[in-house]
Amino acid sequence: MIAAYLEIRDGKIKKSSLEALSEAKRRAAELGVETAAVLVGAAVSGLAPAAFAQGAAKVYIVDNPVFADYSSQAHAFALAGFAAQAKPSAFFFAATAMGKDLAPRVAARLGVALVSDCTKIAVKGGALEFTRPIYAGKAFLSLRLKSSPQLATLRPNVFPVGQAGEGTGETIRLEVAIPEGSTKGRVTEILKEESAELDVTEADIVVSGGRGLKGPEAFSLLRDLAAVFPRAAVGASRSAVDSGWIGHQHQVGQTGKTVSPELYMAVGISGAIQHLAGMSSSKFIVAVNKDPEAPIFKVADYGIVGDLFEVVPKLTDELKKALKD
Amino acid sequence: MNILVFVKRVPDTESRIRIQHETRTIAEDGLNFVISPYDEYAVEEALRLKEAQGGTVRVVSVGRDETATVLRKCLAMGADEVLLVKDDLPETYDGLRTARIIARAVERKLAGADLLLFGKQSVGADNSQVPAMVAELLGLPQATVVTKLEVEGASATALREIEGGLEKVVLSLPAVISAQKGLNEPRYETLKGIMAAKKKPVPVVTLDELGFGAGDLVPAVETTGLDVPAARQAGKILKGDPAETARELVRLLRDEAKVI
Ligand SMILES: Cc1cc2nc3c(=O)[nH]c(=O)nc-3n(C[C@H](O)[C@H](O)[C@H](O)COP(=O)(O)OP(=O)(O)OC[C@H]3O[C@@H](n4cnc5c(N)ncnc54)[C@H](O)[C@@H]3O)c2cc1C
Ligand SMILES: Nc1ncnc2c1ncn2[C@@H]1O[C@H](COP(=O)(O)O)[C@@H](O)[C@H]1O
Repeated sequence: MIAAYLEIRDGKIKKSSLEALSEAKRRAAELGVETAAVLVGAAVSGLAPAAFAQGAAKVYIVDNPVFADYSSQAHAFALAGFAAQAKPSAFFFAATAMGKDLAPRVAARLGVALVSDCTKIAVKGGALEFTRPIYAGKAFLSLRLKSSPQLATLRPNVFPVGQAGEGTGETIRLEVAIPEGSTKGRVTEILKEESAELDVTEADIVVSGGRGLKGPEAFSLLRDLAAVFPRAAVGASRSAVDSGWIGHQHQVGQTGKTVSPELYMAVGISGAIQHLAGMSSSKFIVAVNKDPEAPIFKVADYGIVGDLFEVVPKLTDELKKALKD
Repeated sequence: MNILVFVKRVPDTESRIRIQHETRTIAEDGLNFVISPYDEYAVEEALRLKEAQGGTVRVVSVGRDETATVLRKCLAMGADEVLLVKDDLPETYDGLRTARIIARAVERKLAGADLLLFGKQSVGADNSQVPAMVAELLGLPQATVVTKLEVEGASATALREIEGGLEKVVLSLPAVISAQKGLNEPRYETLKGIMAAKKKPVPVVTLDELGFGAGDLVPAVETTGLDVPAARQAGKILKGDPAETARELVRLLRDEAKVI
């Protein structure tokens, strides 16, 4: 069995978790084994149909008011309990803030190795082979895990979500008695960004600005451009963030976030190696820069050499027209 | 307050990475090694907490003899003591192996800590595993990817980064925290600090002394391939009138790339 943990935010299963489940389904089909999904939370059984629709044959549910607030300790206890009972051969998580917090704890509890931030999973000689970037994407490592279950976190936006079907399956409720002292750390509050902007790691399109923007004002040009698309977010280089032009949660790169959108637009960004580290796995890269020698053009699929203050408003107009047709 | 900080020696982020295909490893000659950048935030946070509330800061690293250099840097920044846990294996990518060594060292050599501070990820391996694994092995609560930390008495409040916002985590001490950029600005070591650090010892403990036997720490991760990313095809570069290039770009995105 290959299982996927389904993370719930705002009462819904996260898209990156559906990606992990879809990948579990594809690899399980190749290996001729079952696919399962795991939900942990308070009153979450209503989400099982969404997991069946993505091809899970079994949905394991740990439903308990204790899990209303996230506690890595208690959640890890529940998931290790699931693994001990269902004995999956592999168990996938999305490499989200929660997945990266939780999966290592589950691994330690089970005493098994974990592979982080996979961008490819293949079946070779009947076994899973995981591929992931290291050195911020300067190299790709392929590896096998010799412990079982094989735990992996999957980079968001890399693995496609499968076509939803009419599938149904078996719902299995797990009783997990959480031991005393398992919630010595817990989330008491979630502070949303005021603007409720989409996070750069979750956007299909990321429009990023750098020092070439010359100040905070020009970010409104990028916001206008991003607003043309339904799921776009505004990113930034470290220089723009360090200058205080935009919040650091927007930073893309080695010390910022790693993004893999369908389309990444780098505006007034030179393309330093630490910036490329965060965005080079984007499917398409567009650069706007006045310097034809800027290194960003070496990784860009399409580039415009020009002044961003002239080009970006024109681009926004053209995109609006194109998307209307 | 009794604080432990865990730091790793890594190639600096400007490094050009060369692959040795026979051994599927990264060539080390010519690389400049530094303390992993996120670990510096952890060291800085520990020093600030000590300055505000008193206590001791001990910095620990698992690695080969050369790791003593990064520990000396921590002494120069102001750490009270350091400990090098000698492990001769090159990078294994097996976070649990490192976490087991750290957890054992904490139990046998570094007991009594209130706070265990880590970086959110060691650059290079980019694993983001060790802090949460150590927390689980020691039965401690954790907050990872933290940009703000407040410690009061026997509890701590941390803000951690999540998609589109922050999570407030309340923890009882002892606890594990991993540092994200934004937590603070690390200080530079002073000349006085560097001179003083030269005189301090870098004690070493072996895996043997921690009670690990020959077969106890075999990595469970087997490397099957290591490669540079496929080169991206040279792109199309448009020059000229802004309106025309913008129109052409949109056409390419729609008709050729089919992303819009
Ligand atoms: C340990 C470490 C970690 C780092 N982490 C990150 C990270 O996470 N993310 C990151 O981004 N950087 C990071 N950096 C910094 C990185 O090395 C670069 O300094 C930074 O990315 C440069 O930002 P920039 O491209 O915005 O600025 P610059 O390099 O100054 O580039 C500005 C660009 O704008 C162009 N330009 C100027 N005016 C215009 C105009 N009117 N129209 C069009 N183009 C124009 C210029 O030609 C130039 O190419 C890190 C560095 C270190 C040492
Ligand atoms: N060999 C090591 N010695 C000491 N601390 C380490 C070591 N490896 C990892 N760490 C700590 O764990 C954090 C996360 O590392 P990683 O899980 O490898 O990404 C690092 O930022 C360090 O604080």
